[in-house]
Amino acid sequence: MRKESWKLLSLFALLALVAASCAQAPAESATFTIGFTASITGKYEVSSAAQVNAFTMWMDEINAAGGIELGDGSIITFDTVFYDDESNTERVQELYTRLATEDNADFLISPYSSGLTAAAAVIAEQYGKVMITTGAASDETYQAGYTHVFQTYTPSSRYLTGAIDHLGTIDPSVTKIAFVYENDKFSTGVVTAAKDYAESLGYEVVLFEGYDSETVDFAPFINKIEAAAPEAIMGGGHRVDGKAFALQLYEKGLPINYFAVLVAPPEPEFAELGDAALGVIGPSQWEPLAAFTPESAADAGLEWFGVLGADFTENYIAAFDAEPSYHAAGGYAAGLILEKAIRDADSIDPEALKTALEAMDILTFYGRIKFDTTPESHGLQIGHDMVYIQWQMVDGTLAKQVVWPLEGATAETIYPIYE
Amino acid sequence: MKPLRNPGLWLALAFTAAVGAWPAITQSPSSREVTFTILMAVGLASSLNILLGYAGYVSFGHIVFFGLGGYVGIYLVGVLNLPFFVAMILAGLSSGLLAFLLGKALLRLRGAYFALATIGINEVARAFINNFEPFGGPIGITLNFQIYNNYGGAATALWMTYGTLVVVTLIVLFISYMVKSSKFGLALMAIRENENAAEVMGVVTPNAKTWAYVLSAVFPGMIGAIFFFKNGHIEPHDAFRLHMSIEWIVMVMLGGFGTVLGPLIGAAAYQRLRGLLLVSSLFKNIQLAVAGALLLLIILFVPAGVVGWLRHRFTKLRRVLI
Amino acid sequence: MLDILLPSLADGLLLGFVYGLAAMGLTLIWGVMDVINLSHGPIIALGMYGIYLTFTNLGLNPYLAIILVAIAGLLLGVLIYGVAVHRVINAPHLSTLLATFSVNMILIGIGTAVFTTTPRNIDFSLGSVTMGPITLPGKRIAAALAALLVTGLLYLFLYRSRPGKHIRAVTDNRAAAELMGIRSSMILALSFGLGTMLAAISGGLIATFFPFTILSGGGYELKSFVIGVLGGLGNPLGALLGGLILGALEGIIPVFMKTTWVPVLEFILFVLILLIRPSGLLGKKS
Repeated sequence: MRKESWKLLSLFALLALVAASCAQAPAESATFTIGFTASITGKYEVSSAAQVNAFTMWMDEINAAGGIELGDGSIITFDTVFYDDESNTERVQELYTRLATEDNADFLISPYSSGLTAAAAVIAEQYGKVMITTGAASDETYQAGYTHVFQTYTPSSRYLTGAIDHLGTIDPSVTKIAFVYENDKFSTGVVTAAKDYAESLGYEVVLFEGYDSETVDFAPFINKIEAAAPEAIMGGGHRVDGKAFALQLYEKGLPINYFAVLVAPPEPEFAELGDAALGVIGPSQWEPLAAFTPESAADAGLEWFGVLGADFTENYIAAFDAEPSYHAAGGYAAGLILEKAIRDADSIDPEALKTALEAMDILTFYGRIKFDTTPESHGLQIGHDMVYIQWQMVDGTLAKQVVWPLEGATAETIYPIYE
Repeated sequence: MKPLRNPGLWLALAFTAAVGAWPAITQSPSSREVTFTILMAVGLASSLNILLGYAGYVSFGHIVFFGLGGYVGIYLVGVLNLPFFVAMILAGLSSGLLAFLLGKALLRLRGAYFALATIGINEVARAFINNFEPFGGPIGITLNFQIYNNYGGAATALWMTYGTLVVVTLIVLFISYMVKSSKFGLALMAIRENENAAEVMGVVTPNAKTWAYVLSAVFPGMIGAIFFFKNGHIEPHDAFRLHMSIEWIVMVMLGGFGTVLGPLIGAAAYQRLRGLLLVSSLFKNIQLAVAGALLLLIILFVPAGVVGWLRHRFTKLRRVLI
Repeated sequence: MLDILLPSLADGLLLGFVYGLAAMGLTLIWGVMDVINLSHGPIIALGMYGIYLTFTNLGLNPYLAIILVAIAGLLLGVLIYGVAVHRVINAPHLSTLLATFSVNMILIGIGTAVFTTTPRNIDFSLGSVTMGPITLPGKRIAAALAALLVTGLLYLFLYRSRPGKHIRAVTDNRAAAELMGIRSSMILALSFGLGTMLAAISGGLIATFFPFTILSGGGYELKSFVIGVLGGLGNPLGALLGGLILGALEGIIPVFMKTTWVPVLEFILFVLILLIRPSGLLGKKS
């Protein structure tokens, strides 16, 4: 018995020594914790899983490569802590506070969706932790006075403006657009900005109307659209309603030339629509076909950072046996942004990271990254642009093609969508 | 015995106050947040219990008062720049007013018809706010971070909202007890057991029911204002999430329906359990199904809830198990 | 105006048959045993997956697969009744509400783990029929016909068969039926099974024209409440009429105002009917 307790005591002594030596030389080699919540259950489950998978992949890669070495020779490796937020806000603040205080997370990543991110931002800002957001597009979060929150996605106000430019380029004779959208925070933000932009270019908006979030029956809308006789339709909302809208528009066979829907088209399951998917255009944060390279960075006078898109896609498929969606790319990009900020700041101090992030202007496989630094919309993503995909028939199977911006296009646009 | 001399009441209040004070003593923000979630549930479940447990009326859509309170509170603070405490009181009063108006009409319905009607009211409220531009329509309202500076910065503001919640929860428990031990409470319980008989015995049932409804709505309104002020952001589908009000019923049932301690124990146990399932590596992927299975077992085998079972088992303790 | 009104009305009415079928399941259970089945939504969603899985994996025609879904729905319902409802069938309303709600949580929890929440749809077409200004998709016509057929069969069963007559006897007066030698637990289990069967069938029919996830049932469950109340809770034929009324409203209201006002008006109507005529539009005045 006596012997046992001596052993225990000496073990404690050893532990205390280790702890003390850690305190003296803080940064020989240390593991830092990245905290976030994931939607393991509830309506955001699929998108959130892709985001978390890719982010974890970034972390594993960096750790396998031996971590990040700082100027003073110390090595930084990473670990994550995450909890299920059940796709609703009730516990988001509780979990983020736990991450920030109990789990001592050094950096935070946002949950999926703008609503949950808004709640998490209060906590990140309060504890002065840097939070890279991904999957959170709404502009409002970045206009609420936060200074530690940085956005990976192109904000919702620029989701559909590119589609309007695209339309203007392929057919300048179009004058009438209808906006039909889900009546929720994200989609309303998108179409309100798109409508202003369209009207500033002289388009006539013949229909501007929302539908309730659960809607799958678009028959009443389609009859209204028919009466308003637009040449182009834009809008949609999330994954189920977007699919339903595309399917029913096709079945009713309206004489429409151009049809762009939010969120649903870039997802692989959109192909289940068969012929109804053909010609549908969708904005995407990133596509496997988008080819940003060190050369294109040099041409644009930007610094290149991180992996090539092809390598990201290949590794992701190898790890998760699925094509990466833009939610996945966003998760990986959030990791890259954090990595770049740590390297630039040569420190893990939140204030130094913040300064590095504010100065960042780089090109990655995901596109350009640059943040707004004005007090009105601090942290808003201003470098990154959407790409627009269209479902086309390639060698007898449905496939996504990038059709806008033209410099990244992989195919000619099918126009008009229905003959 | 005078109602105020029941040791059960003072034990419950002292226990809640001690739990509430613990995060402040340890200065731990993390345990503050966990306790916030639990005390919020205690306050909400105890409020609902006044109608559900005492009067026996199943209000499925009780969340409507929480959501309305949240909207009124965040609108007054964020848009009209009123002080938080004034906004919170006004939020509680507007929920009470809504309950008064609704009560006049809805409380004529009995049993499942009333339950269905309250679901309908919640859906009307959610769909209406979605179209109501002053409250931001579908976009909702986001508070500017600067607002917290009026209360000494975000850190202090979070402690302040927490303190407010502790006080509100204590008041709810106290009122719940006072109602139960009053003549008014007896009238409600008579309605629960047999409404027609109660009427014959001279209970003015429409008035009693309406006031129980109002009382059970005021505090969820105030708690809604506290929660969404702290959350910094409100949207229609967060404010009127029907699932949440069903959870309150579950808490009341779990602890023991019609008792003061029941909702306290039930809410704390439920939230603690959910919290543990969420972070457990074994169950986190099917935590919803596990929670459902546990709930089913309780409904089937312990229908009177924890307090009801204890009262049945230990008859001597009935005086304290209020 | 008329050129929008007519097609919208036709679209809405066709959908109304299918909504009515879903509500019929809810209202049948309510009528027989005074239970509001809160697991109605996930069962509708499971019916959708039944059709989806048989169509994409086995290539089965959706209208044939409906028969399989119906059988599975019936068995699932009997199982749910035995496990979750039977023990509390005589307890206050709250117990059965919560018991079926916990079944809801279990089904959604397992469903999310198995199917994820990726939206699914069935790529299947029957073309469309054009009559003057109205173009109707073939799948909706087929679904409406199927709903009518199922309603007809249900009526034959309830009025012509012995178990059906027993169900009606238990609906009228359970105690008296038991005195007449009817084994009421069997009949209650069968009725619950029929209710979930109708929910599963309607889910399967909806899946032929609308995309869905495991969470989609919730919306149809709420619609079923509204329809059930319109037609009178406990009155299956009323549910079909309620479905048609709801379908027509969903078609007509958007012609005159913004579509987002539809749920506001629907639920106001719901509450008003509960207050003014709780026995439904077909029922006696209260």
